[in-house]
Amino acid sequence: MSPTGLGDAAALADGVRSGGVSAAEVLEGYLDRIDAREGEIHAFNLVTAEEARQAARAVDARVAAGEDPGPLAGVPVALKDNLCTRGVATTCSSRILEGWQPPYDATVVTRLAAAGAVAIGKTNMDEFAMGSSTETSATGPTRNPHDTSRVPGGSSGGSAAAVAAGFAPLALGSDTGGSIRQPAALCGVVGLKPTYGTVSRYGLIAFASSLDQIGPFARTVADAALLFDVIGGHDPADSTSLERPAPAITSVLDRGVEGLRVGILSEHLDGAAADVVARTRMAADVLAGSGATVEEVSVPEVKLGLSAYYLIAPGEASSNLARYDGVRYGRRVAAEDTVTMMTQTRSQGFGAEVKRRIMLGTYVLSAGYMDAYYNQALRVRSMIIEGFARAYGTFDVLLGPTAPTTAFALGAKTEDPLAMYLSDVCTIPTNLAGHPAVSVPFGVGDDGLPIGIQILGPALSEGTIMQVATVLEANGGVS
Amino acid sequence: MKDGWVMVIGLEVHCELKTATKLFCGCPNLFGDEPNTNICPVCLGLPGSLPVLNERAVEMAMAIGTALNCEIRPSTFHRKNYFYPDQAKDYQISQYDEPLNANGYLVLPDGFRVGIERAHMEEDTGKTSHAGTSGRIHGADYSLVDYNRSGVPLVEIVSGPDMRTGEQARAYVTELRAILVATGASDGKMEEGSMRVDANVSVRRSEDEPFGTRCEIKNLNSVRSLGRAIEYEAERQIALIESGESVVQQTRHWDEDAGRTSALRSKEEAYDYRYFLEPDLVPLVPDAEWIDRVASSLDPMPAARRAALVDLFATDGGVSDAQQDLVTTVVDLSLDPLVIAAASAGVAPSLALARTANEAAKSAEAAGRLDPASFVALLALEESGALTATQAKTVLAELLEAGGGDPAAIAKARGFEAMSTDSLAAAVSEAIDAHPDEWSRFCQGDEKDEKKLTGFFTGLVMKATKGQADGKAVAAELQRRRG
Ligand SMILES: [Zn+2]
Repeated sequence: MSPTGLGDAAALADGVRSGGVSAAEVLEGYLDRIDAREGEIHAFNLVTAEEARQAARAVDARVAAGEDPGPLAGVPVALKDNLCTRGVATTCSSRILEGWQPPYDATVVTRLAAAGAVAIGKTNMDEFAMGSSTETSATGPTRNPHDTSRVPGGSSGGSAAAVAAGFAPLALGSDTGGSIRQPAALCGVVGLKPTYGTVSRYGLIAFASSLDQIGPFARTVADAALLFDVIGGHDPADSTSLERPAPAITSVLDRGVEGLRVGILSEHLDGAAADVVARTRMAADVLAGSGATVEEVSVPEVKLGLSAYYLIAPGEASSNLARYDGVRYGRRVAAEDTVTMMTQTRSQGFGAEVKRRIMLGTYVLSAGYMDAYYNQALRVRSMIIEGFARAYGTFDVLLGPTAPTTAFALGAKTEDPLAMYLSDVCTIPTNLAGHPAVSVPFGVGDDGLPIGIQILGPALSEGTIMQVATVLEANGGVS
Repeated sequence: MKDGWVMVIGLEVHCELKTATKLFCGCPNLFGDEPNTNICPVCLGLPGSLPVLNERAVEMAMAIGTALNCEIRPSTFHRKNYFYPDQAKDYQISQYDEPLNANGYLVLPDGFRVGIERAHMEEDTGKTSHAGTSGRIHGADYSLVDYNRSGVPLVEIVSGPDMRTGEQARAYVTELRAILVATGASDGKMEEGSMRVDANVSVRRSEDEPFGTRCEIKNLNSVRSLGRAIEYEAERQIALIESGESVVQQTRHWDEDAGRTSALRSKEEAYDYRYFLEPDLVPLVPDAEWIDRVASSLDPMPAARRAALVDLFATDGGVSDAQQDLVTTVVDLSLDPLVIAAASAGVAPSLALARTANEAAKSAEAAGRLDPASFVALLALEESGALTATQAKTVLAELLEAGGGDPAAIAKARGFEAMSTDSLAAAVSEAIDAHPDEWSRFCQGDEKDEKKLTGFFTGLVMKATKGQADGKAVAAELQRRRG
C-alpha cells in the first residue's frame, strides 16, 4: 500500500489475476473516488464508466474461465484526451474536435486492452497539449488535488491530477516539452518521458511530431515501469518507432546506484526556486549516500533549449493542425464558400494559445524567415544533442529539478505566455535530444506542495534512470 | 515558330504508380470505385494517423529512375503545406530537396538528349467535383470530395529546359510514356489522368540570350494538346514582347476548345508552401543491393527494343523510313515480342513487322495477349502460300477476336484452302480470254503499264475466286504465260 492508502497497480493486477479481487470491485472503488472529488478537480473530459464496467466484467470472465488477462488485469487507466479511442469522443480539449469519435484505437490503447487494463476515461489537457497548466483547455482548468487553488501543471494536467487524486492508479500522458514530467512534479506523482521511438505515436493526436512521446503516470516508480513495459515496443504503424522488442525495465529497478556516475546539471539549478534547489541537492546527497559518485556538470547548450523549442514545436504544429478545416470531421462553421468556412471554423474552433502557436509556426516556416528561425533552431537542436553526448561521456545520468517551482496559482501566468513557457525550461532539452527522463516526487517545498526531481539519461537508458528514481522514491519521504 | 525567336520548354510529368496499395497506407489503389470506399484513417488524414512508406512504390520509383539513367540517392520526404479540401491533411507529403532520382536523361528516337533533373515520389490528392446550381433561392453550389485517390503514389519527372520545339516536347512525352509503361510502373494513360503533363514555356531571341520569363501551362490532356498549347503560348509571349510589354511569370490554364491559355495565378499570388522535413517519416536510403535488384529486374526499354527490331533487317540493308515508323508503332504498343517470335521462327521480318503494325495493332490489347506461337503459325501459312494475304488477315482478325486458337483450323473452317495449280491456271485463262486487248498490251507493254495490268488481272482472278487465289501466284502465272 502506498502512502495514499491505495493499492498499487501491480498489486491490483495480481489480486485480479489470482481471483482475490474482481476487476469490477476494483473499478467501482475508483469510480466512487471520482464521484466524490471530480467536481472540484475536473481531471476528466469524459468518464467512460459504462464502457469500463463492460471491460472489467470481460476481465473477470476471463479469470473465471482460467485465462490470464495480462499484466494489467483489471487495472483502471486514465487516458489523456489526445489518444484516439474507437467510438469514444477524443477532443484534445479543443472546441474544434467537438463531437468527433475516432474510428480507431491508438496503438497504446490497443496494447493496454491486450494487457487486461480497463480504460476509465479521457483526461483534461491544455488544448492540443499547448500549455503548462491545463488552463488552455476549452473545458476549463483542472485543479491540483494537493491544493485546488493551484494548477496541476500541463499539458497532461488531467492525467497527473487523476493519479494524484486516486481516480486511477495509472494514466497515460504525452510529453512534447515536459507535458508528462512537469505535471507529475506539480502533482507529486511519477511521470516518465520515454526515449523518442520507444512508444508508438500511432493514434496520438500530433502537436509536434518530432518531439511528442507517450508515457506513463503512476504513484510509484514500479507502476510507471510496468505501464511502460506494456505500451512500449516496435509498432509497424509508426515509421519513427524503433525496431526493438518491447522494453522490460520492471526487472531491473532494484539494482541500486552503486558506482553510478551522476551529474547535477548546473544550468537547471539556475533560476530554480531556493526550496527546489535545496531538495535537488538533498536528492544528490541521497544518491551519494547510496554509492553513486555525484558531481556538478555544466551543459551550456541546454540554455538554448527553450528558444529552439518555441520555433521547432510551433513550426510542426502549424502543419499538424492544418487539417482541422471543417471539411471532414469535427466542428464546421457553415459559410457561403469554402475559404470562409475553413477560416471561420478555425477562428471559432481554436483557442488563443493554439492560434498563437499556429501563427508563430507559420511565420518561422515562411519563405524568407525559415533559415533565420526554423533552420537555426534545428542547428541549435544538434548542438544540444552534442552537449548531452559530451556529458554522457562522463556521466551515466544527469540530475536536476523537474520544474523551477512548485505548483503555481490558477491564473498566475495565463496573461504572460513567456512566464508560462519558462516553467518547461528544465524539461524541454530532453525532448529536443529524444532522450528519456523521469520525474519522481521527492518531498515538498516551503509551501507544502510536491517537488519533483528529474533524472535524465541518454537514449534507451530508461532502466538506469528508473533505478535512480527507485532509490530517490525510497528516501524521499522526509521533508 | 516565328523567325528570330527560340522557344525553351521544360516538362513536369506526374505519373501514377500501378501499385496494389496506396503510398502510405494499405488501401487499394483504385479510385474509379464508389467514392470514399478505399479510404482509412491515414489517407483521410484523421487526427493521430501516421504514414508508412509503401516499399513496392519505392521500387517502382527506382525502376523509373533507372530507366531514365538517374542517380538513385538517399532521399527524404517533406511536407508541402497548403489548404485545399481535397488535400486530406492540408499538406502533401512530397520529396523536395533530396529526391530519390536525380541527374538523368532521356534520348529521343532521333537521338536528341533531354536532361532529367529529378524524378521524385509524392502522394496524390483526393478529387473534388463541383456540382452545378441547385435552383434554390441562393442557387447554392456545393462540392463533393472523393478521397479514393488521396494517397495514391505519384512520381513527378522534371525535365531540364532542354526542348526547343513543340515537336520535341511531343516526342519527349511519347517516349517517356513508352518508358513508363515498359518499367511496369504506370499504364501511362494521359487521357485518364494517370499521366499528367505541365509545360514550362519561355521565349528568347537566340540561344545565346539568357532564358526568358517562363509560364507554366496546366490541363494538358493529350500529346496533341501539349503541342498546340506550347505553340500558342510561345506566340502569345512573342506578341507581348514585340509589342513592348513583358511576360509575367504565372501559371496558365490550357483551354482545349478555345485553343488558348489563360492566367490562373501569378508569381506574386503564388503559395508559400512552407516546405519542411516530414517528421513522421525516416530518410529513404536504398542500399546498393536493392538498387541492383531493381535494375536487373527491368525489362528492356523502348529504345533497345526498337534497335532489336531494326537489327532483324540488318542483312536486308536496314529498314526503310516507312518501316522505321512501323517499328516505332509496334514498340509503342508493346507488340514487339510478336515480331521477334516470328522472325526467330524464320518468318521474313518485313512480313512479321507489317502484319503486326498494320493488322495486329488495330486491336493492340488483344494482340498483347495473343500467344506468339499461333501468330507465328499463321505467318508461316501465309509465307508458304497456303493462305493468301487477304485470307491471312482475316484469320488474324479472328484469332485476335477469339483470344487465340489454331490458325490452320480457322482457315479450314472458313474454307480457305490454297487453290490447286490447275484451278488457278483455269481462272487466269478465263481472265485472259475475257480481255484480249489488255492481254496483248501486257505482253508488249512498258514496265509501268505492265505493273498496272498485273494488278488488273490479279483483281479479276481474285474476284472470280472470291479472294482464294494468292496474288503472287497469279502474277507468276501471268509472267510464265507471256514467256
Ligand atoms: Zn488509406
